[in-house]
Amino acid sequence: MNVSIQTEDFDLALELAALRASSAKAGALVSFVGLVRDFSGDQAIENITLEHYPGMSAKALEKIVAEACERWKLLGVRVIHRVGTLLPNEQIVLVATASEHRGDAFAACEFIMDYLKTSAPFWKREQTHQDTEWLVTKEADIQRAKRWQA
Amino acid sequence: MKIRLFYFGRPRETLNTSGEIVEAPDGLSTLAELLAWLRARGQIWEQELAENRVRCAINQEFAAISAPIRDNDEVAFFSPISGG
Repeated sequence: MNVSIQTEDFDLALELAALRASSAKAGALVSFVGLVRDFSGDQAIENITLEHYPGMSAKALEKIVAEACERWKLLGVRVIHRVGTLLPNEQIVLVATASEHRGDAFAACEFIMDYLKTSAPFWKREQTHQDTEWLVTKEADIQRAKRWQA
Repeated sequence: MKIRLFYFGRPRETLNTSGEIVEAPDGLSTLAELLAWLRARGQIWEQELAENRVRCAINQEFAAISAPIRDNDEVAFFSPISGG
């Protein structure tokens, strides 16, 4: 299963080892890990809560991975997105790609992350000492995703 | 027409509901019309389901406000996505 949505933390070393073992011809492994930051503007973050649309979220991630596999020559992909309440410095998301040469692995990893930010149904609620806020899609992320359109 | 509704993110929290099944009146044919019908429930519905604030999906695919709805569709309303 190359796409997982789960509350549990993941072990990057184990995930990369599994990806490497399953990609015999790979000359390149690229990974991205998204973390919970400890500050938002001038306010300290106490925690974030991630919600998702069960069913649609997995399908959306699979669709993004499928598109990446069409656009680049990939030997393996692993995506994990955590949900639930997470603390600062915790891991939120993993995107890892394997390919024969590094160009494909780098590009696909960035593409998957840019599309995940703008087309996968997850929502973040940030808890600071003073209040809670539901984050919304950032314009910068929308622009980043647009770069990949042909 | 029977519609299975789900709410996620900010609407779910503010409206205090994760979903419901509604019997939409005859003549409702788009998401925009469904939203207008739900907004009539009261002030908090009017705020949360404002067209410029809410995002939508029909049968687990993102959909524009103008999209048509049909009997037995699964419709979800949510705040702009913020995963990753």
